[in-house]
Amino acid sequence: MSTTFAVEPQELQPGVALAMPVPEAQPVIQLDHIHKIYTMGDVEVHALRGVSLTIRPGEFVAIMGASGSGKSTTMNILGCLDRPTRGTYILDGEDVSQMSKDERADIRCQKIGFVFQGFNLLSRTSALENVELPMLYLGVDSAQRHARAMEALAAVGLAGREQNHPNQLSGGQQQRVAVARSLVNHPALILADEPTGNLDSRTSVEVMEIFQRLNRERGITLVLVTHEHDIAEYADRIIVFKDGKIKSDHAVENPRNAAEELKNLPVISDDDDDEE
Amino acid sequence: MTLLMIIRVAFRALVRNKMRAALTMLGIIIGVSAVIAMVSIGQGASASVQAQIESIGTNLLFVSAGAQNVGGVRSGTGDTGTNTLTVEDLDAIKREVPSVSMVTPNVNARSQLVAGNMNWNTSVTGVSEQYPEIRKWPVATGSFFTDAEVRTAARVIVIGQTLADNLYPGTDPIGQDIRVANLPFRVVGVMARKGQDPQGRDQDDVAFAPYTTVQKKVLGRDRIQIAFVSAISQDATYTAQSQITDLLRQRHKLTANEPNDFTVRNMTDVAEAANETSKTMTILLACIAGVSLLVGGIGIMNIMLVSVTERTREIGIRMAIGARSSAVRTQFLIESIVLSVTGGMIGIILGVVLSLAIPAFLGWPTLVSMMAIVGSVLFSAAVGIFFGYYPARKAAALDPIDALRYE
Repeated sequence: MSTTFAVEPQELQPGVALAMPVPEAQPVIQLDHIHKIYTMGDVEVHALRGVSLTIRPGEFVAIMGASGSGKSTTMNILGCLDRPTRGTYILDGEDVSQMSKDERADIRCQKIGFVFQGFNLLSRTSALENVELPMLYLGVDSAQRHARAMEALAAVGLAGREQNHPNQLSGGQQQRVAVARSLVNHPALILADEPTGNLDSRTSVEVMEIFQRLNRERGITLVLVTHEHDIAEYADRIIVFKDGKIKSDHAVENPRNAAEELKNLPVISDDDDDEE
Repeated sequence: MTLLMIIRVAFRALVRNKMRAALTMLGIIIGVSAVIAMVSIGQGASASVQAQIESIGTNLLFVSAGAQNVGGVRSGTGDTGTNTLTVEDLDAIKREVPSVSMVTPNVNARSQLVAGNMNWNTSVTGVSEQYPEIRKWPVATGSFFTDAEVRTAARVIVIGQTLADNLYPGTDPIGQDIRVANLPFRVVGVMARKGQDPQGRDQDDVAFAPYTTVQKKVLGRDRIQIAFVSAISQDATYTAQSQITDLLRQRHKLTANEPNDFTVRNMTDVAEAANETSKTMTILLACIAGVSLLVGGIGIMNIMLVSVTERTREIGIRMAIGARSSAVRTQFLIESIVLSVTGGMIGIILGVVLSLAIPAFLGWPTLVSMMAIVGSVLFSAAVGIFFGYYPARKAAALDPIDALRYE
């Protein structure tokens, strides 16, 4: 799939690191015969049965599958939240498969951005502080934290909403704060777990538009887990899981263009999902 | 992530829930302020007892008739046949014991005092002319009676301020007549005001007359219950004590295996006993207050445990975006230390204010103790660490996957 990321370098926002899409660049993700076995009492659950997978810088990949297919387990392993029972996982050139809890925490901090279905923002905390949080754990100084958080919020179209708390933001806006939070440490990879699961269709398209823009303009590697086909079609490549194995892995011929679709979508006035 | 940043994170987390933080701190605030106030009361009482004793004079000795302790049975110094101390004994002490400078008997007669159309019931104490010097209690107006007046058993009297106020309101009592047990006396002096003793008794409700007069004309007996002896210096009190004991045993013709039929005590011992008592009281008060501090600590632990459960998702988020377990543990530990130390600081202020207000409202003397302040700060920090550790460890042990899924 090396052709999908051969995009023209676009004008870039200053201060934002970029994974340069060089054809022979090392893969961001390299899974090699990953097995995951959960032991629940006496029962062994074989969640992953030998998954091998390569994702290169700048790819936008959707992972699909029914519940129990192993896509959530894959997601947890990709996000370094969990370790494979067997097999190796090389993330951005580093073998993370047998890393300790603390080492994985550091890897998550430096290399991975998370976007969850339930937004998972800290309540009673401003959007700005939520976005600053990952930099706090990376040890970025306060002036730079502030500048980078402001920039990330602007990039997702939330300029002017920095001081709002999550309960003062709509679902779409909250998810955009989460996207901004996932961006600020310039991760090698952004993992989005059902990011549109709690959103209505128009807001879903808006969030996908941000993802596509980040992917196309900044070359950010994106892995999206979803069970919705139409959402998966915004990606360039779809991997389908079944029974702990990869069932299919194919490029999307004509990915949907969220930006184009938004122009044709009527603005639904039931919510203040779009910023003024 | 630096410690400073973790402290900031902890502060922000507390500020997010101000009401709860305040209520949690309340336990520590009450505990610390109670410890400080209680210790202040104890120290104040101790200091005033100490001052009292010093004002009496630390070179003072008491000689009393009767043994205080005979074979484990205290006989006390009541009226039960303790005729063992005589004026001659006291004269001998004054004459023969080199470490003794002054001696006065102390004979009490409760009686009704009448002056004009006023009357007052008080204790008339028969003493020698050296009494003001021995007790370090000067005469305010007039003068004390003289050696000659003691020898001739003159009917002269020196009254305390309370008597002067009640029997001669608005007039000068010096030279006035007063009737004691229906005998006319002349007021020659008024003692300086002494105020209340630590037990709250009015020390100015007294009258002094020559002991000879009291013995012969008021009591009609020449027994002596108690005498005050002044040693030449504080260092000499123990020497004086043993020399008086030897002399009295010799005069009373006691054989080696007979117990003393008198008691000699020195003020230093009394001071130490009083000190011991007030120290015990201070410790007791501090312990009771300490219990409330402990309860406050348990309150912190309880809230922190609830907080860990309630914030499981937050912990999951923090871990997912790169917080190490140690950072989460430190954050929760610092939250509880911040709660307890902030509570401790407020408690100190409240405790000091209370300690300063108590004398004004309750009339008890207090003394703010630096030790209590430092001690309660350290203790409240220790409470924070001790009771915060378990919840913090629980938070750090969470698995980010489970924590994120927690509803």
